[in-house]
Amino acid sequence: MAVEIPKEKWTAQVRKVTIGATSEEGGTRAKTLTVGGESALPFLHYEGSFPNKPALAVEIRDRKPDDWSPLLLDALGETAEDPAKWAQAAEAMGADLIYLVLSAATADGNPNTPENVRAVVRKVLDATGLPIAVVGPGQAEIDNELIVPAAEEADGERVLLGVCEEKNYRTIVAAALAHNHLVQSKTPMDVNLSKQLVILINDMGLPLERIMMDPTTGALGYGIEYGYSVMERLRLAALTGDKMTQQPMIVDPGAEAWKVKESKVGEGVPEAWGDWNRRALNWETLTATTLIHSGANIVILRHPENVARVRKVIDDLSSATT
Amino acid sequence: MALTGLEIYKLLPQTNCKDCNYPTCLAFAMKLAAKQADLADCPHVSEEAKTKLAEASAPPIRLLELKGSEGEFQVGNETVLFRHEKTFFNRCGVFLRLQDSLSADELKEKVAEADAYHVDYVGIDLYLDGFAIEAASGDPKTFGAAVAAVAEKTKRPLILLAATPDLAKAGIEALDETRPLLYAADADNWEAMAQVAKEAGLPLTVRAETLDELADLTGKIKEAGVEDLALDPSLSGYLDSLHKLTSLRRLALKENFRPLGYPVITFPGSTESVDAAILAAEQIAKYGGLIVLDEFDPSTLYALLVLRENIYTNPQKPIQVQPGLYEINDPDENSPLMVTTNFSITYFSVANEVEGTGRPAWLLVADAEGMSVLTAWAAGKFDAERIAKDVKTFNVADKVPHHKIIIPGHVAVISGELEEELPDWEIMVGPREAVDIASYLKSMWTT
Ligand code: SF4
Repeated sequence: MAVEIPKEKWTAQVRKVTIGATSEEGGTRAKTLTVGGESALPFLHYEGSFPNKPALAVEIRDRKPDDWSPLLLDALGETAEDPAKWAQAAEAMGADLIYLVLSAATADGNPNTPENVRAVVRKVLDATGLPIAVVGPGQAEIDNELIVPAAEEADGERVLLGVCEEKNYRTIVAAALAHNHLVQSKTPMDVNLSKQLVILINDMGLPLERIMMDPTTGALGYGIEYGYSVMERLRLAALTGDKMTQQPMIVDPGAEAWKVKESKVGEGVPEAWGDWNRRALNWETLTATTLIHSGANIVILRHPENVARVRKVIDDLSSATT
Repeated sequence: MALTGLEIYKLLPQTNCKDCNYPTCLAFAMKLAAKQADLADCPHVSEEAKTKLAEASAPPIRLLELKGSEGEFQVGNETVLFRHEKTFFNRCGVFLRLQDSLSADELKEKVAEADAYHVDYVGIDLYLDGFAIEAASGDPKTFGAAVAAVAEKTKRPLILLAATPDLAKAGIEALDETRPLLYAADADNWEAMAQVAKEAGLPLTVRAETLDELADLTGKIKEAGVEDLALDPSLSGYLDSLHKLTSLRRLALKENFRPLGYPVITFPGSTESVDAAILAAEQIAKYGGLIVLDEFDPSTLYALLVLRENIYTNPQKPIQVQPGLYEINDPDENSPLMVTTNFSITYFSVANEVEGTGRPAWLLVADAEGMSVLTAWAAGKFDAERIAKDVKTFNVADKVPHHKIIIPGHVAVISGELEEELPDWEIMVGPREAVDIASYLKSMWTT
């Protein structure tokens, strides 16, 4: 019996977004990263085209974080002491994008400064040829204060700036407009809110080709199902022609998975949780791969081993022949 | 796919005799299509029509039931491709595979350990669904003894991985009063395997390399009298699994293609160069039915069982947390008291942040009908009255004589009203986002 494989006919595709600029494009990056462009649900090669694989961003910090799991800090070792070394290590891990997160305070407890931010951004740009993202610590006022100098310092590099949220996006978008960058538009797990913020940012004059959509996710066990379903719904809407849902999606399984108890804590937890290191690695990897299946175009990761682990899955899923 | 009212009407006697208590056959047909009437109410319907209607109303993915000497397991009956469309109903099974090449003692030890595995996830007890025993020896006697040894240590459902009729029979004979799944019939042995399954009244797995061959085989086996089937589409990695399982689910749901409307069994550990945990996770999200693991490793099993729980949660009914006063990091009478809602994500993000600070604290989870802070406040489910009521209901004053309560920054506007409701309390306004709790407590709470 010849079974006819059912195929969906989609009418639209995900928008292509390119992060980073080479010297011809006014920047200094050795390569750029393009995501999006697919015209079917993730990896269903038989009913659409997939010009770009999902990409891996690796999070680095402007200084060694105080609150990361010891497992992560052990794995990173000395590289976590210096953003330039960290960026190079991330490149060696196989990152497609360096995701630099700025801290609210310096190591001695003083507020982070625009001068320090400029220096760090410069260091990272000099240390790697990869495209970069620069995002603030996630507190509106501080974010604005730190992202503007970062945008200036990286003028023309087509950096992904963030994080734009409904209550705080104007300053960051203005910085992106002024210095030829892109922005990350983040909304709390809701299809309509995702669309709205993209519209607001676009209304300020930033082309859709320069907006990455971050629908937010929870870690495995901590709300991943909400993020997963919102992403599936956004992607279905995108493929059926809803224009403002067609931005490629970036999500942060690294940060989400590494802040939960399962990865942070090794002692005093149930025995049934199993070996701490393996569990923590699984937590980040399975959060990431599950979100890749729901349409993520960029996932942000933290642990070196997981970058390799997830890379292999993406490569396998992206090979057009089985 | 369900029939429309008109299609059903064509199968009815069309005499409008009203014995069904509807004015016309068409009216009755419409009610049937809407599942608001029962076909049995028409005394005149023909046998042929009955069969047709029953076939049409059968679920597109047939339910498969397995039984252990105590435990039961059901899979199938799924109705959607995406969980947000309705829900995924019957959690895919997670089984552990063991070989009969192990000695009886080794088997018993392994089974006892895995059978005793329980882990708590937000109050839900998670565990393995059962065991698959493989006749690696090829010897019926050895296999029978292994099955008996396993059954001695677990009451959960079993899968008998026995590729010849003799082996399958030996496995079946070693069990009583249970309903294991037989594995597997293929192009070479299907007649004999179907015979064994039919005689024992057991469900049978059908295995083939392609979906074409698979559909051929299920048709023949159904004709031979075995209706309870599982499919093994011989998967070879992440992409093959995604493509074949997506096609199977779509064929069943969108085309109502009966020959492939059965749950799928997978062996994520069987493909070399594939990370079994990642493939199992893919199959949990993307249409796996029975997932047979090769390793008992709690650090992987816990993650997979939690993922399954998340994916199979009813999206219309988010998991709510029981309202009450929660203890975090062993609080005492000097520890801060925070209040939030009982929406699971809200609760977990707050509880998790507080836990992450390492500081002891009390968390009052108010009964906000499972809504997040802002939604609940907008809906009037998380106001001063509600909070004051829950402070009393859960005897919070006894636990925190300091009488200070920290409310979420998003509902700062209710602090005045809350002062009126709780006159001898000090109302403190906390951060808007859970992520800022650590720095808030650091600066605002000095004991
Ligand atoms: S009882 Fe049957 S034949 Fe009579 S009206 Fe109802 S549907 Fe028609």
